[in-house]
Amino acid sequence: MSGHSNYEPKTGFERWLDTRLPVVRLAYDSMIDFPTPKNLNYWWTFGGILAVMLGVQIVTGIVLAMHYVPHVDHAFDSVERIMRDVNYGWLIRYMHANGASMFFLAVYIHMFRGLYYGSYKAPREVLWLLGCVIYLLMMATAFMGYVLPWGQMSFHGAVVITNLFGALPVIGPKITTWLWGGFAVDDPTLNRFFSLHYLLPFMIAGVVGLHIWALHVPGNNNPTGVNVKSKEDTVPFHPYYTVKDGFAISVFLIMYAAFVFFNPNALGDAVNYVKANPLVTPAHIVPEWYFLPFYAILRAVPNKLMGVLAMGGAIAMLFLLPWLDTSKVRSMRYRPAAKLYFVIFVVTCLILGICGGNLPDAHVIPGLNTFQLGDADLNSMVWLSRIAALYYFAYFLVILPVLGLTETPLPQPESISSPVLSHPANAPAGAAASPEKRG
Amino acid sequence: MADTVVGANPEHHAGGQDPNRRDFIHIAAAVGAVGAVGGLAWPFIDQMNPAGDTLALASIEFDLGKVELGQQVTIKWRGKPLFIRHRTGKEIAEAIKGDTADLRDKQTDEQRHKPGKAEWLVLIGTCTHLGCVPTFGGGEYGGWFCPCHGSVYDTSGRIRKGPAPKNLEVPDYAFLSDTKVKVG
Repeated sequence: MSGHSNYEPKTGFERWLDTRLPVVRLAYDSMIDFPTPKNLNYWWTFGGILAVMLGVQIVTGIVLAMHYVPHVDHAFDSVERIMRDVNYGWLIRYMHANGASMFFLAVYIHMFRGLYYGSYKAPREVLWLLGCVIYLLMMATAFMGYVLPWGQMSFHGAVVITNLFGALPVIGPKITTWLWGGFAVDDPTLNRFFSLHYLLPFMIAGVVGLHIWALHVPGNNNPTGVNVKSKEDTVPFHPYYTVKDGFAISVFLIMYAAFVFFNPNALGDAVNYVKANPLVTPAHIVPEWYFLPFYAILRAVPNKLMGVLAMGGAIAMLFLLPWLDTSKVRSMRYRPAAKLYFVIFVVTCLILGICGGNLPDAHVIPGLNTFQLGDADLNSMVWLSRIAALYYFAYFLVILPVLGLTETPLPQPESISSPVLSHPANAPAGAAASPEKRG
Repeated sequence: MADTVVGANPEHHAGGQDPNRRDFIHIAAAVGAVGAVGGLAWPFIDQMNPAGDTLALASIEFDLGKVELGQQVTIKWRGKPLFIRHRTGKEIAEAIKGDTADLRDKQTDEQRHKPGKAEWLVLIGTCTHLGCVPTFGGGEYGGWFCPCHGSVYDTSGRIRKGPAPKNLEVPDYAFLSDTKVKVG
């Protein structure tokens, strides 16, 4: 996509095509000859996994749309028909439903990878921002997709999320009416969600194209965070990373298949197998697991507008990150203090997820009633989520900006190759000079 | 590209043309294009607002005889639940007592029912926080409790505790007779 090309058309047809539409050259330069840092670990395979998951979701989704009926009277039944009567419908729907979870699992690992190794820092800010846009589109797509089966959780989830916009002063109620196309979540809402749920994955695919383009300009970051200095530091993408990614994709697909075939409803909510009833809200309403941390932040704030702003702000932090982190050192491998805060940050996100999945009043430590402070029970999920949300924001707004100025990082290696060559394992006489040639 | 641009600008004015007239054409064309796109965008935005038939289904009549003292009946109106609650004397007394409490959304019980019809409360049954349906009789004020995020309403439907900012909304309604109301 950029830079020098080593592609040489071999046949007459390739030469003819290359002067008209150099598509083979594009593929060769970006997927075969592309120089890739030679030290990428398995955390770098999630980009490929995500590309596969996007493909799976689009293919299974197109098939499901052939059988699904976007109408409040038929949606729930049409999904049940897919499960019972359509040939292999159960398989395709379980692939699609669990595929969404796997997609989010992979994207969270991919994002934490970027956070840890500083992949958002110059010159990869645009690459990171495009990733954030993809994440936003994924959330919108997943939310609207979850509404389509028209179960109880679908319906009331849609009510809660669309009502979030109602928190905005003055224009809020107008926006919710506009989103609904009526006075409540109803048939017009379901229809437009179906339309957009079909559209957005193709927009995601488009932004993924830009994301890969933006990746191929500066090239991959790597676990040391040190720039590629010479040809010594890289290997061609094929076969080194096609094989490594291929192996990781296979392992990931095995785990995915385990869910699809052995426990397809483990990640879903049983209440969504009850048809939507606008007059009764389920006793415990929760979003899908991948939204729980944000849901916990929403509930942590007792004020409606502030809660909505905090939830939006939690995502906005990701967009601002390249300019919040003041450290010049990319990889946290050489930032011991940052590494510690990062681990706490990951744990915090998991805690927020647990808080989001529990009732706000539920006890964190069961049976302990002594942590009462006035009206507040500090041993409750809502207080735990307040503490966790505070750390979430502090990580972006205080820790990363300040730490970059105050910490003393460890010395970084000269180049990607040097830590490998100076590694003690290479020191004894007789050790292979080029590990890649070992059997 | 960059090296051709250097020479291009002076040449633009060297043709003897009045630059202001050319600028005007550019600006007029751009404004025309933006106006056309903007004007055409509105129908595509407004089509998502409630359609004519959705707006037409806006009022219903309800026979109060179906609601026993101390009970609530939930009906669907404009796609939303509507609470019709037949309050007991004790509940009314508690609601009036609440008038003097520190209320988030200040309203007296008097303002929330029709004059002389204190036993009848007609409310839109969606929590003003995020739209869940509060459960009847729940919460420490005996009114409603929202299962989603824990908002507590009193027997007048006023918000007393939790994240919701407003009281349960009172829709436009009128008594057609002693036992019949028209909502909307």
